[in-house]
This record gives sequence, C-alpha cells and structure tokens, in this order.
Amino acid sequence: MATLHTKNAARAMMAPAVIVLLIWMIVPLAMTLYFSTLNYTLYNPFSTPFVGFENYSYFLNDPTFLAALANTLVLVLGVLAITVGGGILIALLLDQDFYGVNIVRLLVIAPFFVMPTVAALVWKNMMMNPVYGVIGQFLQALGIAPIDWMTDVPLLSIVIIVAWQWLPFATLILLTALQSLSMDQKEAAEMDGAGALSIFWYITLPHMSRAITVVILIQTIFLLSIYAEILVTTQGGPGSQSTNITYLVAQQATSYGDIGAASAGGIVAVILANIVAIFLVRLIGKNLDA
Amino acid sequence: MRFSMLTTGAAALLAVGASAAQAQTTLTIGTVNNSDMIRMQGLTPEFEKAHPDIKLNWVTLEENILRQRVTTDIATGGGQFDVMTIGTYEAPIWAKQEWLKPLDGLGDDYDVDDLIPAIRSALSNDDKLYAAPFYAESVLTLYRKDLFEKAGLTMPEKPTWDFIAEAAEKVTDKEAGVYGICLRGKPGWGENMAFLGNMAREFGANYFDADWKPQFESEGWKKAVTLYVDLMTKYGPPGAASNGFNENLQLFGQGKCGMWMDASVAASFVTDPKQSQVPDQVGFAPAPCGVEGCPNDGFNWLWAWSLAIPNSSQKAEAAQAFIAWATSKEYLELVAEKEGWANVPPGTRTSLYENENYTKAAPFADATLNAIQHADPSPTDDKPYYGLQFAAIPEFQGLGTAVGQQMAAALSGSTTVEQALSQAQAIATREMTRGGYIKN
Amino acid sequence: MARNVSPGRKIGTTVLAWFVGLVIFFPILWTFLTSFKTELQAISIPPVFVGFDWTLENYQTIQTQSNYLHFMMNSIYLSLGSTALGLIVAVPAAWAMAFSPTKRTKDVLLWMLSTKMLPAVGVLIPVYLMFIRFGLLDSRLGLIVVLFLINLPIIVWMLYTYFKEIPGEILEAARMDGANLRKEITQVLAPMAVPGIASTVLLNVILSWNEAFWTLNLTTSNAAPLTAFIASFSSPQGNFYAKLSAASMLAIAPILIVGWFSQKQLVRGLTFGAVK
Repeated sequence: MATLHTKNAARAMMAPAVIVLLIWMIVPLAMTLYFSTLNYTLYNPFSTPFVGFENYSYFLNDPTFLAALANTLVLVLGVLAITVGGGILIALLLDQDFYGVNIVRLLVIAPFFVMPTVAALVWKNMMMNPVYGVIGQFLQALGIAPIDWMTDVPLLSIVIIVAWQWLPFATLILLTALQSLSMDQKEAAEMDGAGALSIFWYITLPHMSRAITVVILIQTIFLLSIYAEILVTTQGGPGSQSTNITYLVAQQATSYGDIGAASAGGIVAVILANIVAIFLVRLIGKNLDA
Repeated sequence: MRFSMLTTGAAALLAVGASAAQAQTTLTIGTVNNSDMIRMQGLTPEFEKAHPDIKLNWVTLEENILRQRVTTDIATGGGQFDVMTIGTYEAPIWAKQEWLKPLDGLGDDYDVDDLIPAIRSALSNDDKLYAAPFYAESVLTLYRKDLFEKAGLTMPEKPTWDFIAEAAEKVTDKEAGVYGICLRGKPGWGENMAFLGNMAREFGANYFDADWKPQFESEGWKKAVTLYVDLMTKYGPPGAASNGFNENLQLFGQGKCGMWMDASVAASFVTDPKQSQVPDQVGFAPAPCGVEGCPNDGFNWLWAWSLAIPNSSQKAEAAQAFIAWATSKEYLELVAEKEGWANVPPGTRTSLYENENYTKAAPFADATLNAIQHADPSPTDDKPYYGLQFAAIPEFQGLGTAVGQQMAAALSGSTTVEQALSQAQAIATREMTRGGYIKN
Repeated sequence: MARNVSPGRKIGTTVLAWFVGLVIFFPILWTFLTSFKTELQAISIPPVFVGFDWTLENYQTIQTQSNYLHFMMNSIYLSLGSTALGLIVAVPAAWAMAFSPTKRTKDVLLWMLSTKMLPAVGVLIPVYLMFIRFGLLDSRLGLIVVLFLINLPIIVWMLYTYFKEIPGEILEAARMDGANLRKEITQVLAPMAVPGIASTVLLNVILSWNEAFWTLNLTTSNAAPLTAFIASFSSPQGNFYAKLSAASMLAIAPILIVGWFSQKQLVRGLTFGAVK
C-alpha cells in the first residue's frame, strides 16, 4: 500500500520533466522529419512538393559527408584524449601540496566560464593568428617559423580550442575523485614498497575510472554538437578539412537556405548521435550502475 | 504573494509599453558592424530630434550572423525587423520574392536621380527601387608609393596582371616584413570569392555560361586562380588563406603590403592616420586586366550596403522616413560636419563627387567613382545572371562558399589548383542541377 | 594530502603548478591586457605585455555603441529564469528517481541525456516557426523556456546523483519519529540537499549564460543577451583586437567573477556521481 502510494507519487513527480522533454523532442523532430521529405527552400517557402527520400540521398551523397563524419570522430576523440589525459595529470598535480593552491585552482578553472564564441574569437585572433598571434610571436622569438594554424592544421586548432574549454571540467571532476581516494590505501601500498608509477597504475587509476567515465559521457554529449567554434574560426575549411556533421547540416540551412536537405541532415545526425549514445551506454553503462 | 508581485510588475511593464507605443513608433533596424553603420548609429539623436515620433532600436551584428538572422526572419515572415541592411546580392533576389516593400515614399527632396546609375539599377526591380544605397564600393588597386619608388617602378595608368606580378616580385622584401601583394584568402562567397570572381572576370571568365553551366574549368578561371595561388605563395603574407578584408586592412595599415586589390572603401581606412601607419604613402590605381580588353575595363566588383523594408513590417511609413534620412544628401553633410568629409559614406550619390569639399578631402574620390561607374553588373548574352563578383541567384551563397573553401585549400597547398577547380566544378554542377538550372 | 613533503619538492611542485595554471589562464589574461591597449598597440610587433599606456578608450567606445547593461540584464534574466524553472521541474523528478528507483530509472536518465544530442541547427526552422506562431520571438519568456529545456537533462542528472548520496536511513529514522512528508522534506532532507542544489544552480547559470545558438537566433533586441552583444563586436571593419578584447571581457567578467567566488560550491557538486 505504502509502496504503491510512493510509486504513484514518484511517477507524478517525474511526469513534468519527462513530458516537457518528450514534447521538446518529438514536436520539432516530427516537423523535421516532415520537412525532410519536402523540396523546401527558404527562397520558395510556399511551394514545397513532396520528394520522398531525395533530400536524404542528396545529403548522404554530399562529397563532404564522409569527411565530415571522420572529422566529427577526430574532434570528439581528440578532445576527449587531451582533456582526460591532461585532466588526470593536472589533477595529480593539484592534489599535491604547494604554495598558492587556491589561486592556481582559480586559474585552471577559468576557461570553463568563458563563452564558446569568445573563446574561439580570442584563440583565433589573439593566440593563433600567424602574424599578430602570441603563439606565432613566441615561436618566432625561438627562431621557429610561425604556424598558420587555421590553414595548415585547422582541425587540430579547433581540437585545441575546444579542449582548452573542457580541460577545467575534466580536471575538477577527476580531482574530486582523486581526493576521495583514502590515504590509507596509498600509504599501505607505499609500505609494501610499490613505486609511484605502480601506485598510480594499480590504485589511483582504477579509483578514477568512474570519474573518467562520467567525463567521457558528459563531454561527448556536448562535443558531438560543436558548431560555434567552427563557425567563428575556420568555417569548416580549408576545403572541408574542419567540417563536422553539425556544421555540414548548419550550412545546408544557413548558407543554402535548403530546409529540406538540412532536415534530412538533421535526421541523419540524430541517428548517428543515437548510435553513439547506444555505444556509450554499452561501454559505460556497467560502470555507472545508477 | 510572489505571483501577485509578478503580475503587478508585468501589468506595470505592459502599461509603460502601451503608453510609449501610442506616442512613438519604434523601428527595429538590423545592420552590420561596419564603421559607417556604427557612425550612423551614433547619429541616432540627430534623427530622433528631427522625427520626435520615431525611436530607433539598433540590432548590430557581425555580417555572417546578421545575414543568417535576417534571411531566416524574412523567409519565415518573422517580422522582427522594420529596416534591414542588405547588399546588392540580396536586393534583386528578395525583390523578386516580393519580400521587400518598394521604396516609393522617400519624399520629394530625396532626389533619387542623384543616385549613381549603376548602383540604382542594381537595387531596382522593374524600375522600382527596393533598397536605398547607404554606401557602395567597387575594386581598386592600392599600392605603396614609397616602396614602388624604391624598387624603381611606376604604376601604369592602366595596370595589367603581368605588371602586377612583376611588381609583386620586386617589392617583396620578406626580411623587412614587406610582402609584395596581399589578397583575400578567407573562404566565403563574400570574401575570397568576391575577389576571385572579380579576378576571373578580369581574365574574361564568368561563374556560369548562358546555359547556367558552371565555368570553373574554363581557361579564364584556370589562368586567374593559377596566378593568384602563385603570387600569394611566392610574395604573399603568411596565413593568407585565412585573411579576409579586415586582416588585409591590418597588414596594409602596418606597412606590410606592397599592393592590395580590394573593395574601394579600403581607401578611406588606409589613408586615415588614426588607423594606418602609412596614410601618406598610398597610391590608387585601377583594377588590373588579365586579357586584352577585359570586361568592364577590369572593374568587376560592385557592392552597395543598402537599407530595405521587409514586407512583414507594420511600420513602413516611419521606416521610409528613416531610410530617406540615412541615405540623403543631408546625411552626408551631417557626417562631414561631425567627422570630416573624408569619412562620409562613399559611392552612392553623383553630387558627392561634384562637391569640391569632398574631392579635396578624399584623395581616392576620383578613383572610386571611376571604378563604380565602370562596374556594370547587368546580365549579358554570355552571362545570364545579375552581378559581377557574385551571381544574384539564391543558390550562389552556399555554392560560392563551398567553392571558396576549395580555393582556400588550393591556396594553402593542401590541393592543387587543378584539383580545386575540378572539385569546384563538381560542387557547382551538383548544386545547379539540384536548383533546376541544369536540366538532365 | 596533508603529508609531509620535503621543502625542495614543495617548491618544485609550486613552480610547475603555477606554470601550468598560468599557461591555461594565459588567453584570458592576454585578452584582459589587450582590452586596455589602443588598437595599434594591440597588434604591435613584438607584442607589449604591460608596458603600454593603459587606456579605457575601448570600454568607452563599446558603451557608446551598445547598451551593455541591457544585454547583461537579459543574460541575468535568462540564466536565472531558466534555472528557476529547471529546479521546479527537476527537483521532484530527481527526487523520485533517487528515492523510488525502478528498473527503468537509468534508461529514463540516459534517454533524457540523449535528447541533448539532437543538433540544434537541424530543428532551428521548426522552432522558429513555432516561436512565430506563439509570438515568442525576441521574448525573454520564449528563451527561458528553450534554455530550460536544453539544460533540463543535465540538471536532473546532477541532482539525481547528488540526492542518491543522501542515505535513505535518515528518511526512515525521521519517519519513525513521526515526521510527516512536509517535515521530512523541510527539516531533514532540504538541509542535506542544499549544497547539491546550489552547485546545480551554478552550473546551469553558467551553461545558460554561455549558450550562443538559440540566444542568437531567437532574439533581436528586447531579449538579446551578451552572446548577441559579442556578435556585434566580432570582426568589424578596421582594427578591432582591442575593442574585441574589451567586449569579450565585458561578456565573460560577470560569470567569471560569480564562478570564481562560488567555485568551492560548484566543484563540490560537480561530480555527476563520479565519486562514490
């Protein structure tokens, strides 16, 4: 009786959240699905004949589609690798005892508060510009020719900018996990004569695995839909070297005004995102027993 | 308790809004963040003094974002703007879509016949003006007189691309940080393609032939792009593939460029001591030709930032009053009075170029007028579209940007010119087929 | 942590940690410095670090061009509004998931997160059309709702992981003592949940503050927040590094200061259940 009561209460409490999200997901998705079967451009919005799957074949046959798919993967995996790897190292560093811990922590956390558009603008203009950028000047002072970041290594540039934004997030979560590792465990291992590396490998890292999982999960969700950083910096180029799926879809809508193709692209992106989601859940689900 | 406070607050807000609306019309104006527009925004009090019943509400955005915002809004009938800033690319397309209100109430003293004919026709459809030009530009060759002298060169009255190539080599002094030539490389239909579309015309080639077949693999495009990539690789600044108008403006202003072909508005910036370190050393020459007797004498660039009223606006009368003010002769005088004649928005009115105050203050005046008068964007037998550095069809925006990406790839060396052009041809053919221009 | 380390090692760690911290912070520091330079100093070669004539000129120019306070107030309204709405809906949901979990709880949570994977741009036109239909374009209300919806999954997830750490036994004990549901919530659980809620609020405010796709596309002026403000200063004609820097500082300063002051609070809750 009591459990039934709580169960109903629980359902009622969850209902608003589930319902609004369902509406938010289904209504635009249904409209997008519908638009994806129409020849619908912004320049002729009143005549939108049904064209079946034509938009899909047009979008999937785009010569840049496969490149965009690969770029999306590189972008997500690259940022994950830097933020998780760098996050672990910085977390280990911040876990030590040193002068000014609190201030260094403020410095490290700061990029997390910066708007993506501002981050991209600052990096593109003030950091990475080959003539005026600080990095170029610095390299030149060392006698190395400046790198033309946005042209020669566009995808890497975007990976760096995005990784800079997400590094604090990863660091903080990993640091929290690290700090919950009991001293006793480490000390016991040290007593047994284990070296720093093997302590890290056999005790610290397994302890952090749950935190790493969370970092990967949350970041992947945001990384799949990176758009502003590309728009502000390389606009997907040169060629299509830094176009990801989101940007490709966006171009159909904003640059071509082709709502039909953009909708088809949107649906394709949703399907791809869901594949990634299933994959992630499989990979991570057991680590995250809720 | 809290709710009642909220509702009272809301009611109060509504009341304030309502009473203000009765007294005044508020115009929402979408514009780009270029200096001339920012100056116009700064003169808002002057307009509001003359029209106490109209209040101006500015939405200033970066060009790409503004374009995306206004296009979405006008195509879906969102009705967010009363005045939109558009260019000569949008004006004919949007007028044809019946998205814009014809500007037939600009007033008797507006003197519409004073508008430079090339500009006026670019903004009209069926002889009705759909957008009023705020400032206009064509293409000029800017060069450094001191560097030319040092290299023993004289700029001919009518340069050719052969001469430009020779001069670029002689002027370049990379040790001293001087690059012979700076050109746009940043991909985009309004960025590198504006320059390259114009350069291809200087070699006699268009975007499409009479049957709408893309021309990127034609002789003219091959010559133009090959020379462009060659010059920029040998004599251009580093990072050229991400340099747009602004970046080149910075480089030239810092004395790092020997020559620069770009929009004629650049002239007023590089001669302004506040923005440039070489204000007195800048010479102006016509656009070069790549072939004998090239079309429009080489001036294959015409652009006018213009003000238009979307059909969805409910405040057309007030909006016309504003547009008439912002594009009038009196506005030019107002800017001259506040900022000096050299800073008035150029290129729109014949009378400005007959004004001695202006021609004296602006050393680039004659060159600019000459360029604009030559740039005829009308369709011809072998060119079915309106426009020179762009083609005024809806598909061009996306297509031009995708092609521009290929050109940037060629410039950065990640593909060859041949590959880039054949890619461009494939992209354009695909889009033009989808758009129904090329029939299978 | 409180282990004794040799002074030499401590100094070594200090140097390394400060170096890493400063490298990460450098882009923001540089933007801050550049915002006080003149345009020509901003692009001078070699760059000047602090030995320039500090000027407030850029900030003045920006204030005359656009009303910073208007944009900032909108950012505040939008982020607080969407956060408040989010809490109202998410607290009960997370509560129910944490204290009466079913077999499907985890699925529901992951489904919620997966709605965040929809590429926003794919549904821009449908949402724009709906906004026109309901008269929500350029209204704070409309944007509050959208920001609330896109952040809701994250709020629910975060609160859920936090609530789960509240031991169920405390509830039982309170019930034994004859506490009714209201007392149970207000006197026993609320005090325990407050830190988690606080850090959720902070994260959500940050995410809403920085959201740049919907806020740019669905506003013109009345509801336009700082993301639109920055869009009017990115790459205008002419030299713009100094002005861009000043605008950037104005756009990020409020949230950076709030974030710094509350970082302990934020970090404590920012685990998403990463720590058992």
